[in-house]
Amino acid sequence: MIPLSWYLLLSLILFAIGVLGVLIRRNAIVIFMCIELMLNSVNLALVGFSSYIGNEIGQMLVFFVMVVAAAEVSVGLAIVIAIFRNRLTVNIDEINLLKW
Amino acid sequence: MTAQALVFLVLAFISIASAILMITRANPVKSAIFLIINFLALSILYLTLSAQFIAIIQVLVYAGAIMVLFVFVIMLLNLQDEKKLSDKLDLRRLFALLLVVFVFAEIAFGLGKSLDSRFLRQAENSVEIGKIEFIGEKLFSIYILPFEITSLILIVAIVGAITLAKRKFE
Repeated sequence: MIPLSWYLLLSLILFAIGVLGVLIRRNAIVIFMCIELMLNSVNLALVGFSSYIGNEIGQMLVFFVMVVAAAEVSVGLAIVIAIFRNRLTVNIDEINLLKW
Repeated sequence: MTAQALVFLVLAFISIASAILMITRANPVKSAIFLIINFLALSILYLTLSAQFIAIIQVLVYAGAIMVLFVFVIMLLNLQDEKKLSDKLDLRRLFALLLVVFVFAEIAFGLGKSLDSRFLRQAENSVEIGKIEFIGEKLFSIYILPFEITSLILIVAIVGAITLAKRKFE
């Protein structure tokens, strides 16, 4: 039987890759994908804890995280489409209307 | 090395490799495909944790619905490849890498201190917990209020997405 720390280490590595992707990529859609990767890595940690501790709270939380992720993606991609319609780009360096 | 450890290591390798490939591809469609591979590997990892319901939902919701939406939007916008990805390391990227290493070290330190010899094997009732029967029973008894709020979130998301993507307010 493999210990829980292996799953947590994998979850940590995936989360770090997601953070790196958000920071170095400039395409808004790819940044959304990296956020999905981070949400998934946290889901893995939650399911691991749920299975090793032996109660269902972790899996319930994963269920609700997935619902929120679906809502977030649909609204976020609608924002991306609206921005693309106005500026003809999804490069976040060129979307600087709110910067000062 | 037992068979379980071997399965875990193979799946961990697939998921990490596909995640790294995802953030380094210039073409968004390739990124999306590597993310789907990552989701499928994670779904099998959920099965090794005996969470059957979550594994199925992972394939249905993430690899099915969400990634179809991503690929649809990428095709709709007809994006070009992202430039300057393989350029020399500029200051911003170097700083990002430093920050990620810092975050990694911080969480790893916390983990190493907190669970040295605990949680070595899964709980006896872990198979029971992962079943859809058990989860459904809990979802409609104790967790009924969050479950209903979920429907509200989805309605708000639908209305918001349509309003944002609409061409003009009438």
